[in-house]
Amino acid sequence: MTQPVSNCPNCGAKIVFLWSSSVQTVCQYCKSILVRTDVDLKKVGQVADLPPDSSPIQLNTEGIYRNKAFVVIGRILYEYDQGGWNEWHITMNDGASAWLSDAQNEFAISFASNTTGLPTASQVKVGQQYSWNNQRYTLTVITPAHYRGVEGELPFQYWDKTDVTFADLRSETGKFATLDFSDEQPALYLGEFVEFDDLKLKNLRTFEGW
Amino acid sequence: MSTGTPPLSNPPKPQAKALNCPQCGAAITLRALGHAETVVCESCHCILDAKDPNLQLLQKFEAITGEAPPLIPLGTRGKLRGTDYEVIGFQRRSIKVEGISYRWHEYVLFNPYKAIRYLTEYNGHWNDISICKELPVTEFASANYLGEVYKHFQSSDATTDYVLGEFPWQVRVGEHAAVAEYVKPPRVLSAEKTASEVTWSIGEYTYGADIWKSFNLPGSPPEAVGVYENQPSPVSENVKGIWAAFLAFAIFLLVLMAGFDLISNKGTAFESRYRLNAGEPKGEASFVTDVFNLEGRTSNVEVATSANVDNSWIYLNYALINQDTGQAWDFGREVSYYHGYDSDGSWTEGSQKNTVVIPSVPAGHYYLRIEPEVDPNHPAVGYSVQVKRDVPVLGFFGIAFLALLLPAIAITWRSINFERMRWAESDHPAIKIGNSEE
Repeated sequence: MTQPVSNCPNCGAKIVFLWSSSVQTVCQYCKSILVRTDVDLKKVGQVADLPPDSSPIQLNTEGIYRNKAFVVIGRILYEYDQGGWNEWHITMNDGASAWLSDAQNEFAISFASNTTGLPTASQVKVGQQYSWNNQRYTLTVITPAHYRGVEGELPFQYWDKTDVTFADLRSETGKFATLDFSDEQPALYLGEFVEFDDLKLKNLRTFEGW
Repeated sequence: MSTGTPPLSNPPKPQAKALNCPQCGAAITLRALGHAETVVCESCHCILDAKDPNLQLLQKFEAITGEAPPLIPLGTRGKLRGTDYEVIGFQRRSIKVEGISYRWHEYVLFNPYKAIRYLTEYNGHWNDISICKELPVTEFASANYLGEVYKHFQSSDATTDYVLGEFPWQVRVGEHAAVAEYVKPPRVLSAEKTASEVTWSIGEYTYGADIWKSFNLPGSPPEAVGVYENQPSPVSENVKGIWAAFLAFAIFLLVLMAGFDLISNKGTAFESRYRLNAGEPKGEASFVTDVFNLEGRTSNVEVATSANVDNSWIYLNYALINQDTGQAWDFGREVSYYHGYDSDGSWTEGSQKNTVVIPSVPAGHYYLRIEPEVDPNHPAVGYSVQVKRDVPVLGFFGIAFLALLLPAIAITWRSINFERMRWAESDHPAIKIGNSEE
């Protein structure tokens, strides 16, 4: 795989894209948020230092999901009133893009769904049931969160958000869905909860004493 | 330059961090850095914001004197289900049922790679708890989780009364949550409902001794008091087994009985009718019957006596005598039948028929010597004597049956009693028990 290479328009450092479809990345040296245009990279913002974080996942963590190898190439960090969570952007070895979410070490993998006719933020309520792809989900929690920072490569531009609302849904079989109301058009991600051990993760963060 | 690993935006930090309480200056240790949302100062009972470098005060609470310290001290590490965990938080919660406060303790277990687990302890009963990934479905008085039915045990309002250490969520003393518990021993399924969220967790009953071993704790765990909601019954596992064994043995016995019934010939060897008339001289009453043949293997002999006694009696002295060997079996039978009316209504006593079984009688030629005695008031009596060879004896089977049935009933009774004690503490007691249980 040829990896597109450019230079950071802010500090000149080499920017390497691990995933050809990445739209946005963060310069690892000057923390500039860079968005790809047709010709070059444009600096659109700057990431403040991310707060101390507890996720055992980090950029370049590798794992296996459904017999496909994946690598972590980016993340979005969110905070809400009871804590924070990470949405790690992963690419599978078949080129697919997915999200490994880590909420206090409760892990789920989900994929963007192109389902239309999604409810809006004002329509959703805890306890509602929805059916997507022949799977029934129950809405368990609506989380008003705020965007805290980004790292690495993302499949879309994501840098100027403040408050965002998510609705999480679960099924009786461990399936998981998230409605993301960050944009005007709600976005749906469908996936399932995964066991840490089943992902066979490598390049994990190490914790002193553990 | 290689494609390279970007430097970590968050380099690993020492996992335990020493800080000071901004309120009283006491030392505070952060064990689950980054995971902790709140941390409690043990000396001044302030709940502090663990995410804030200045440990901003979130809440100050009053601790009662004599508050029991955690049985597993904060910072203790142990292995549960193959994973190392460190105790980072401790809270006491309580519910009030009919004016009585029930308190239990919860321990927050941390591993930087795994989801948080909890241990709960109530009166020496422990549960190992984790958050459900699959959503349970509630029905009328049960919940279905992963295809198994859990029975509703109790719904209550739980209050947080006391906290220590770190919590991965924003904990406050005085917080309420509506808790509904469903049990399928040894597991318990709980729904905790706050204003914004329902959290389901699944717990498994764990023995204190196993916790002590897992966490390498000194001494011995507090003794478990009473029966806990999801405590596995020491006998319920045996109940099904013993009834299955009973059923299997009963079928075996029935087959055996049927078999004996088939092979026994039940043939009538001798039968005759006699009549005693009033006024006959008593001295000549003794007589012998014709000789009859008892065939086959050495087996039993049934002698049945029927008499048309009516508010009277007849007594027969029998001797079964082997003509070939002279061996004799002496026995006496009374046939008496009384009936009448009294203040309680009609009554009867006795019967017009009597049977006796003589065991182990060899084959041969036999006759009976019969000496009847009658009620002097009712000397006229007709009676018949029937001798049957090789009758099935069902009494033995009855005893075997009973020998099996009794332990089955005893174990079932113990199991029912255990379940009654379990459910007595629930919203659905079998029998309403007052305040004094003793």
